[in-house]
Parts: sequence; structure tokens; C-alpha cells
Amino acid sequence: MSVDMRTFLAHVELASPVTTAAGCAASGRELAQFFDLHRLGALVTRSITMAPRAGRPTPRMAETPSGMLNAVGLQGPGIDVFLERELPWLAQRGIKTIVSIGGGTVAEYAALARRLADAPGVTAVEVNLSCPNIEDRGRVFAREGGAAAEVVASVRSVMRYDAPVVAKLAPDVADIVSVARACVDAGADALSMINNPLGMSIDTVSLRPALAAVTGGLSGPAVLPLAVRCVWQVHSALPGTPIVGVGGVMTGEDAFQLVLAGACAVGVGTALFHDPYACLRIERELEDLLRARGFQRLADAVGLAHRPPGSPARHLHEESSL
Amino acid sequence: MQVTGTVLTTRRVDAYHALTVVAPGIAERFRPGHFVSVSVGGARTSMVTRRALYVHDVKPEYGGTVELVFTAAGPGTSWLAERRARDTIALVGPLGRPFPLPRDPCHCVLVGAEHGAAVPIPLADALAERGCRVDFVLGAASADRVFGAMRARRMAERATVTLTTEDGSLGVRGAVTDALPGVIADTRADVVYACGPMRTLREVTAVGIEAGIPVQVAVEESMACGIGICMTCVLPVIGDDGVTRMLRACADGPVFRGERVRFEDVGTIPFDALGAPGGGARHVG
Repeated sequence: MSVDMRTFLAHVELASPVTTAAGCAASGRELAQFFDLHRLGALVTRSITMAPRAGRPTPRMAETPSGMLNAVGLQGPGIDVFLERELPWLAQRGIKTIVSIGGGTVAEYAALARRLADAPGVTAVEVNLSCPNIEDRGRVFAREGGAAAEVVASVRSVMRYDAPVVAKLAPDVADIVSVARACVDAGADALSMINNPLGMSIDTVSLRPALAAVTGGLSGPAVLPLAVRCVWQVHSALPGTPIVGVGGVMTGEDAFQLVLAGACAVGVGTALFHDPYACLRIERELEDLLRARGFQRLADAVGLAHRPPGSPARHLHEESSL
Repeated sequence: MQVTGTVLTTRRVDAYHALTVVAPGIAERFRPGHFVSVSVGGARTSMVTRRALYVHDVKPEYGGTVELVFTAAGPGTSWLAERRARDTIALVGPLGRPFPLPRDPCHCVLVGAEHGAAVPIPLADALAERGCRVDFVLGAASADRVFGAMRARRMAERATVTLTTEDGSLGVRGAVTDALPGVIADTRADVVYACGPMRTLREVTAVGIEAGIPVQVAVEESMACGIGICMTCVLPVIGDDGVTRMLRACADGPVFRGERVRFEDVGTIPFDALGAPGGGARHVG
């Protein structure tokens, strides 16, 4: 018997809970050589900026224990080329596309949302709040509820009503719940967490930082517990808000942890570098796990770990091993 | 495509390791200049990035095998060096854009430095098939790091093999670029193909420009994925429209026209690159 894997991101139905993570699928064409992108719940694009961006100098990557650091610097073609070449390619094929946007000012986010508002093929907009705020000494929007809320509100106000606005939160904050609540109050239809926490590695041969940008975002299995904790805390404070769990998901079991913590969808990033088929494999493994635990629907497992200890698992099949 | 390949043989070639892997899907599609990426550390590995490796040889046995050449430099390649016959490894390939081959027979000089010398070998086969004359210049720091010299000698029946070492332990003392101008002049070469460290490619390109002939280079950059999604292996390359873009060594390369690569700016974002911070070509489409 197959498990019903459909999930809802706000009012948008996704056939599968597994999406790519922002910045890990380039334009989509690269992964399309390996598998049919229709089998993804949705493709999340790299963060699109107003102007083309060359990104950071190399070296941009350093492998770390159970993870990697990256400092790509949002290299991308800019909104014009994105709307001209990349989005139409995805839209013509009917691939559910969540467009990630990044900006240096609130006005830039709003301008990007305005450009996307009437573009065909935008399933949802993900607001990358981990961009330095030019108007606030380069501190990222995600670090503080007020700044994050201002961006979310401006994007929500110009975006098409039927396209959910997803706020992507960073874990490098004192209180992620307060930032999450500020975003939801400002109109975010869903939340995505976590973005890369900042890390650093030093090359012991050159005696210099391993990355040209000195610090970089840490990803991979090393950050999974951090993601599970953030999803758990936010889901327990805001149980009605859909959460896309992202961070170090390499297997179906990792995805299941995020689902049990409260995520209704799961983003896969670094695992794609290791295995181009990771999204499909993880979805299959997640489905097998759900079936083995006696679930008939993915939705029944979302946030289930929050139930008090000792409470009966009534929905479970009697032959289940739980 | 992704293939779970079975290791057929392993061997030490001086300072290098060579692994022959049964991978029919990759062997069938392989063109010279392509590379493969290997995941290291087994099924539940803590090493999340893949290792990009050159293919030194493709053979039709067992439906198709590829021979991979690498140095055991870190924990990942050391793991790979410990593989034995019948172990399996996960390969993705062939990746990248291969060397363009000349339509008509011409004189080609193939340059390989350090383990980049693995690349010219299958390229020489393909060029010879088209009736090209192929001369080799292979070099490294010392004799034990000159790869493929024997194989090149065997292939080059009607051509020359020039070997160089920095310490003079084999062939000519010096770098490949010291011997290259002479070889180009002697063979009246029409084109140079080169693979090796960035510094060597830069000098080979300068020699090619001096001689007035095109240079095709296969670059080496550190990469996490090899398939064009991680955006970490970029280098500044001048496009047909004259605009410098940060291109991916994996998906847009690894083969580029040498004179288009801004070798002196590798590791930086040139101020006039498309999208450079505060830079010149910011609004060029």
C-alpha cells in the first residue's frame, strides 16, 4: 500500500514533500540531466537578485567534518535573465517552482517581488533573509524580527495573492521563534528553516582561512540537529504555520526527523552535491519509513514528536514495529 | 549518469594511484577531456563533497572500463587509494565538455603536467584516429611524478615525446613550458592541448599566443559536485561578446580556449566581470 505523500505549502498542494534547497539546483537544467524534475515536490531556485552577481572569489568551498563550508556570494544572472531564460524553461515544463529572492534593501526585495508578481510559473516566493542589509551596516535581515518582518511585509504586499510567501530563516539568532513569529505576523504564509549557519575553517598548510571570503555557510549532516531543533521550537510556538525543514538532510530518516519535529516539506541541498538523485532517494526512503511505521498519510506524521510521552499512537497499524 | 562501478584492478604508478573500474555507461559516452566524480568514504560517509578525477584510459572489457588517476593527497583520495578489486564505488560521469577535435588532420602538441598528464593519453588516441600527428610534452617536479611517459612513447610512433622534470631526474631539466616553444617550432604545430596546474596552463597559453596558434586547456579547480550546481569551481573567462563571466570549471569547462581564460585573475572577481561588486559590466545582459 502506498503512503499519501501529498503536502500543502499554505494552500499550494505539492505532490511530494521533497524540494531542492535554495542555491543547490542552479537553473534546474543541470539536475534535469539526471531525473525528471516533475518528481520533485518543487524546485527552489538559487536566490535571484536584481543585478547579475559574480559572487565571491575562489576558493569558495572547504570540506569540514560531516559537512562543508561555502561562500558563493549569490552568484547569479540577475532578475532580467532569470525571467527571460531560466523561469520560462521551468514554466514551459510545468515544474513547480519556488523562486528564492535576495536583496540588500527592503526596496530591492519589493522590486523583485513586483517583477515576479505577474510572471507565469511562480508557485511561491521564498525570501532569503540571510542577505546583508546595506542600510543596517551589512547585518543580515534574518538576525532580527523587525528587519525580517519589514522585508516579508513588503514582499507580501506586492506578490500575487495566490503565491505563498515563504520566509527563509537563519539559525544564527538568539531566539528563532521571535523572528519566525515576526515574519508570520508580517504576512509570511510559510517558513523555511534553516539557512546555513556561519562557520570558518583554516588551512594549516597556507596558514590562512580556507575560504577567500574567510567565513562561509556550514551545510551537510553537521547541521541536521540544528535544523531539527529550530523546526521543533518554531512548530511548537506556531503549530499552524507550514514549515519547510532544511538542513543536512542526507537520508529519508533525516527527513523523517524534520517531519516529526513539525516540517510539512523537506528541502535537500548538500546531499545533491553528493548524489544527484538524492531528492528521489530521500522521498522513497521517507515513504518506506512512513509505511513501516504504519502511516497512511505523510500529513499524519507532521509534528507528531510533539505529542506528550506515553500518549497512544492510535493511527498506527497494529503490525507496526513501533 | 550515476554508476556503481566495481573496481577491477588497482595499481601504483610511481607517485600516483590508478584505479580501473567497470562502468559501461561512462566508458561508452566518454570523450577526451571529460572527467568523472567519485563519492568517497562509503555509504554513510562523513565526506559530503565528491572528488573529481581524470580518466586516463577507457577500455571495452567487461562492457566498458575507465581508469582513474589520482594522488592520495587527503582523507578522500586516501580512502580511494585503499580500494581493492571487487570493491564498489559510486561514479557520476562523464562530466564536463570534452576537447573540440579538429575536423581535418593537423599537427597537435599535447602538454601534460603533473597528474594532468593522464588527460592527453585518450586525447592522443582520438586525434590519431583522425589522422593528426601527435607530439607529447610531459613534465613534473621529479621523475616519479611524470605520468604516462611509457604509454606516450608507445603511441607516438611517428612523433616525439619530450619529458621534463624540475630536478632534472628525467628528460630535460625545467618545466614543460621551457621545452614547448622548441617542440612547436620543430613540429610546425597547428594547435596545443594542455592539462595541468593553473600556473602551467597560464604559461602554456602564453607560449601558444607567442607562436600564434590556439591552445585548448583543461583546467583543475576544487569542486564539490562536478555537475554544475554548487557554484564553487568558477574562474573568469572572456565570452564571445567580450564580457568576462565567472564560469564553472565543471559544467562550462573543464576545457576552455586558453586565451579566453584570465589566468592572472583566477582566485579573484575581476572588476570588469559581469556582476562584479560595484563593477563595470554590472548591467550588461
